[in-house]
Amino acid sequence: MAEIKTAEVKIPPLKKLTNYPEKLAPGHRLCAGCGASIIIRQMYMVANALGYELIWANATGCVEVCTSIYPYTSWKSPWIHNAFENAAATISGVEAAYKALKRKGKLPTDKKVKFVALGGDGGTYDIGFQSLSGALERGHDFIYVCYDNEAYMNTGIQRSSATPKYANTTTQPVGSESLGKPQHKKWMPEVAAAHGIPYVAQVAPSHWKDFMEKFKKALLTEGPSYINAFAVCPRGWRSKEEEGILVTKLAVETNYWPLFEVENGKWRITYKPKNPKPVEEFLKLQGRFKHLFKPENRDKIKELQEEVDRRWSWLNKMEEISNREE
Amino acid sequence: MRPELIKEVKYVPYSGNMAAAEAMRQINPDVVAAYPITPQTELMQFFADFVANGLVDTEYIPVESEHSAMSACVGAAAAGSRAMTATAGPGLAYMWEVLGIASGMRLPIVMTVVNRALSAPINIHGDQSDMMGARDQGWIQIFSENAEEQYDNLIQAIKIAEDERTRLPVMVGMDGFVISHAIERVRLLPDRAVEEFIGELKPMYPLLDVDNPVTHGPVAMTDSYMEFKRQQREAMMNAYKVIREVGEAFEEAFGRKYEHIETYKTDDADYILIIIGSTAGTAKYVIDKVREEKGIKVGLIKIRTYRPFPYYDVMDAIEASNCKAVGVFDRAETFGAVGGPLYSDIATAMYLRNKHYPIVSFIYGLGGRDTNVHHIEEAIDKVMQAAAGKEVPFINYLNLNE
Repeated sequence: MAEIKTAEVKIPPLKKLTNYPEKLAPGHRLCAGCGASIIIRQMYMVANALGYELIWANATGCVEVCTSIYPYTSWKSPWIHNAFENAAATISGVEAAYKALKRKGKLPTDKKVKFVALGGDGGTYDIGFQSLSGALERGHDFIYVCYDNEAYMNTGIQRSSATPKYANTTTQPVGSESLGKPQHKKWMPEVAAAHGIPYVAQVAPSHWKDFMEKFKKALLTEGPSYINAFAVCPRGWRSKEEEGILVTKLAVETNYWPLFEVENGKWRITYKPKNPKPVEEFLKLQGRFKHLFKPENRDKIKELQEEVDRRWSWLNKMEEISNREE
Repeated sequence: MRPELIKEVKYVPYSGNMAAAEAMRQINPDVVAAYPITPQTELMQFFADFVANGLVDTEYIPVESEHSAMSACVGAAAAGSRAMTATAGPGLAYMWEVLGIASGMRLPIVMTVVNRALSAPINIHGDQSDMMGARDQGWIQIFSENAEEQYDNLIQAIKIAEDERTRLPVMVGMDGFVISHAIERVRLLPDRAVEEFIGELKPMYPLLDVDNPVTHGPVAMTDSYMEFKRQQREAMMNAYKVIREVGEAFEEAFGRKYEHIETYKTDDADYILIIIGSTAGTAKYVIDKVREEKGIKVGLIKIRTYRPFPYYDVMDAIEASNCKAVGVFDRAETFGAVGGPLYSDIATAMYLRNKHYPIVSFIYGLGGRDTNVHHIEEAIDKVMQAAAGKEVPFINYLNLNE
């Protein structure tokens, strides 16, 4: 893979970015305070500024159902929905068609297009995992973006492998014999990186500059990129709509949601909080963790802190090892 | 056929898989996404060789599953390209969800199905449970009797699928191993004749037209879903006409006749057998044999188009004969229903014409079980008994150890 000369490509200042026309039209049915639409709009800002047309394949999920209710659509870009588990396979076909038709001279050559597959954590970590893995391995030229809201929110807060331990969901609810989900969250970007693809990043819309820089890199990358985006879900997390970005910020500041990237095998943590806050700060704003604040469950918060520390230390090690001069 | 073309027709010893791969080479699709599965594997290997040696311009996606094969075809076809794939048995079952999406989105995808039994028990051999199980997924379904028909049907399928009146995906089935792996004479058409016949795909609302962005695959609520389905029925009715027209055009161009059904010695027949696929070939031999040896007048109706089902073609053929009873051969089970799936369709056909011929149902060839000459002779005996008013079991299994 060629070295990405990303430093030479500059994203214009925010003031200018907001002048581009919105390509996710208002009037969609996403909830107030939803993280996913913010993520999409931040992606569009970069794509608009760099002159890319985005062509989307959207897995079944919140974004899909809320933006495409016939006869309306919120999408001012080419957009396709196929099913829940196959956004990556669908975009593989679109990208292959693009290559074939371009080779045969049947498409205009002056357009800069980029293929984006978009899925929630259900369509990415779980049911779409195989399709995603296949597409990453085959090396299609596309960006996979997961808006990770840590459960099947579209259908009513069912657990996924992205749901953190002890979160209250409707399929592993808190009860007299249950403290919520018994397993920790899957480390999905790490799994994506294990495919040896050119670019992987984890982002949060609260840290929009970091996000945009990373999405820019993904746009400029030839071959597959994977972006894992933190998508606050006020409805599913039982958090306040107006606190979405605050919750997101705290996820980053507590190292619960580390911002990092893997560029051609080199791991880099792109934001290291000077004084990381205890994970409790992030948990306490969300009703899904309410039961952990009962005196008898306080040790569970400790356990979640240990998992945060474990991943953080693992990422730091990866950063150190992968950047070591041979 | 034009005289200069006749000279260019090549007679080759090909298996069904080779013939299907050769048709795909000549069609030269923009995108092929496929996953290998016995007995289709060989077909994909032949095609992969064409790709590896630059004999096609196709973007070939060796996907990680059949589900992704069909998903990628949906993406490729929606993008505005010509997309093809091939599968068999469990692979088709795994695609099932996306089959309905392909037809619901009205995408002209063409696929070979090398008909294979479904698990369990796992069995790699031929039967038609796979396509029968997918018969309500909105695809046009065509069955081939032999390798050359598979070749001819695939070429025609492109035109059928892409016609603006249909815009429906087409699957073309051939029996696993018996057709897919057996070598037969195939008359290959010249490349340019095939190219000319299928013409260029005219994309409709292509996803890749960034200047005119289109939303594909939206949510349809209770207020619009049924109208989409009603339009699909309309398209399938149109397909009945289109398949016939394309068959006529094919005959005119290349001199090989293709209709919804093929009749064999039905005109004076007292007994009619109705069969899909390779066993129709055996039946023709048996019909000649019993006519010659015993003077029994048996005829055959071979179903080529299974969806849309040619009810009236079947009834026209039956009513034009001296039919006293019918034997319906199903190479698939419909557990808990009367007869197999073909039986139900034939019974419906009779109902539509207000006719009531005795029908004897035969289940045969499941999981690659041989159906030999004497098994078909046995079946003819039973049909004759039914015609004579004798009690015959409703469902009869051929070559079953009981």
